Amino acid sequence: MTDVAIRCRGLAKKYRIGERESYKALRDIITDAFASPFRRLRSALRHSSSSTPNEKPNIWALKDVSFEIKRGEVVGIIGRNGAGKSTLLKILSRITEPTHGHADIWGRVGSLLEVGTGFHPELTGRDNIFLNGAIMGMRKTEIARKFDEIVAFAEVEKFIDTPVKRYSSGMHVRLAFAVAAHLEPEILLVDEVLAVGDASFQKKCLNKMQSVSEHGRTVLFVSHNMSSVTRLCERTILLDAGSVTGDGPSHEVVSVYLKSGVGTSAQREWDDVQKAPGNDVVRLRAVRIITESGEVTETVDIRHPIGIEMEFDVLKPGFVLVPNFHFFNEEGLYLFVASDHDPQWRRRPRPECRFISTAWIPGNFLSEGTLVLGAAISTMDPVRVHFYERDAVAFHVVDSLDGDSARGDYAGPFPGVVRPLLKWTTQYSGEGATGARFGVEDSSR
Amino acid sequence: MSDLTFTDIPPSCAVSDPSAEGPERPHARIEPSKGWISLGLSDLWQYRELLFFLTWRDIKVRYKQTALGAAWAVIQPLLTMLVFTLFFGRLAKVPSDGIPYPLFSYTALLPWQLFAYALTESSNSVVANERLITKVYFPRLILPLASILAGLVDFVIAFTLVIGMMVWYGVKPTGAILTLPFFVIFTMVTALGVGLWLSALNVQYRDVRYTLTFIVQFWLIASPVAYSSTLVPARWRPFYGLNPMAGVIEGFRWALLGKAQAPGTMLWVSVAVVVVVLVGGLYYYRRMEKIFADVV
Repeated sequence: MTDVAIRCRGLAKKYRIGERESYKALRDIITDAFASPFRRLRSALRHSSSSTPNEKPNIWALKDVSFEIKRGEVVGIIGRNGAGKSTLLKILSRITEPTHGHADIWGRVGSLLEVGTGFHPELTGRDNIFLNGAIMGMRKTEIARKFDEIVAFAEVEKFIDTPVKRYSSGMHVRLAFAVAAHLEPEILLVDEVLAVGDASFQKKCLNKMQSVSEHGRTVLFVSHNMSSVTRLCERTILLDAGSVTGDGPSHEVVSVYLKSGVGTSAQREWDDVQKAPGNDVVRLRAVRIITESGEVTETVDIRHPIGIEMEFDVLKPGFVLVPNFHFFNEEGLYLFVASDHDPQWRRRPRPECRFISTAWIPGNFLSEGTLVLGAAISTMDPVRVHFYERDAVAFHVVDSLDGDSARGDYAGPFPGVVRPLLKWTTQYSGEGATGARFGVEDSSR
Repeated sequence: MSDLTFTDIPPSCAVSDPSAEGPERPHARIEPSKGWISLGLSDLWQYRELLFFLTWRDIKVRYKQTALGAAWAVIQPLLTMLVFTLFFGRLAKVPSDGIPYPLFSYTALLPWQLFAYALTESSNSVVANERLITKVYFPRLILPLASILAGLVDFVIAFTLVIGMMVWYGVKPTGAILTLPFFVIFTMVTALGVGLWLSALNVQYRDVRYTLTFIVQFWLIASPVAYSSTLVPARWRPFYGLNPMAGVIEGFRWALLGKAQAPGTMLWVSVAVVVVVLVGGLYYYRRMEKIFADVV
């Protein structure tokens, strides 16, 4: 029993629709109380024995979720918005109660559902470290012991006695994460905290989380960032509409998730137009990664052009629509945005029909590794995003070792987020040449 | 108060958690709670440091960006006392049991201000800390408790003035002053009892927030702050004790000034009322607590 950290059995959580959005006013209760006898009377007269009209529909955010996590495991939890990921973490961190089922937890739990919880803008950085630490369950002595380390990690030494309201948003986030990162629970529950801060700080956080797991602590990591899930977690649990639909090695579960349209992770199609991302103006039907010859491919040679194809139905004519793709690398770094520049459809309202827009990325441009991309269609004037499908497709770029790519004959790690093959020129002053412009050392002298 | 720092933490707060070090890992079971729930007092004790920090935060933030700062703690009861003295003492000639009217009303205003502050703050505490409630677990009882404790600082500051007034009017305290801490605690417990009900209700029905000012105003008039409870006929006085603040205020005057009569039956009625309200409030709060994060 000692090697189990978390065990969930049949966890379920029911929300009443609207319960999260608004509190009740006594007025509503009173009017309900007065209205319902009449409603009941009316429905009785109509002999409609079915549901009473004022009974609110329920949503099961989680239904029958069971799993077991061993001590020292780092487990990712993925799923679309509303799949129940956050609800699961809230139950495990005791913020809300399950409706049915139970969970057993062995070990001190630290939850990082949001960085900077309880930060008070009027208090100084120093005060907030103590306050935030205490809120997250740290002892005062523990915080005092780690204080210098926290301040150094956050890189806010100079501003430690300045009220937090004068901090830049970057400093604010860094300080908040620094406190959280120094929490030393046996079980750490993390929700999307890495979606903030600049790239170098994100990387620092990822490294810190990795070192946490190396110390034998159990980590449950909820994320939208497929690449950091695969990198940090050996095992991943996939939630869909409140149920566990996948549980296993991360790369397998992540590709199941990305494939959960149709086909490979390099292609996703939406058969049912009603369920496809979009609105009454436009709906997304497919996103594909293709080669020059038009075949769907998951793996691309770094030297070859890559086509990103978006198929969409325009349901309401008269809108200027700009398809765009958003590229992220495996560390979740936002690489670039590609926005449609086809002169034919620039500033021109689209008629009601099906379109396929393709963006071509030249060969010898991207760096090797996994790219995850989101697809969106927007109208620019006024700005309106018709849909934005995160993690729509993913593909791998593989570098060549033939010597004709940007890395040349070097076979080691080749850093950088792009790997363009640039044109190089050389000038030299050889033997007998006059007016050596660069003063190149001449070996013959 | 602005130079209050963490070095002021009494060493007793710095007890390390035995469960964190031992080889035995703590086990917790998370399941839907049913029927009568325990008050979770041991859990509360575990989190006593957080109670301290939240109290400290409330105190520290309270007078930030105010020009007069902690002086407000004295100004409020002082001005109220002056107005009371002018209108009730001088013009309406309300009898004050032979005590100089300014002292008479100020000694009542001390517990009253503490009570009014504690009641207002604790009733809003859950809603005001919405972000904490939806993001972190801790015993929710800490919220109203911390906001009540924060009121003590104002009380202590305002209390210094009463000492000066007693010297000025030549009123010597009697042995009854030893019961003063009891009345201070009783004031806070009364506020806690009512505050627990209101803060939990406030989560579901924001009407509470709007009625709160009215409740406090109403309660002030119903309490013997500007007048003496001796205005109430003796045989009705035990019923007057149903307002616990009547017992508290008369007790306070007696403990501090020693001149008025010790509140007898009236006080015991007040104590009984507070016990009922507090115990009921604790259970109601604990029952409602599980939906706080979903509803707030």
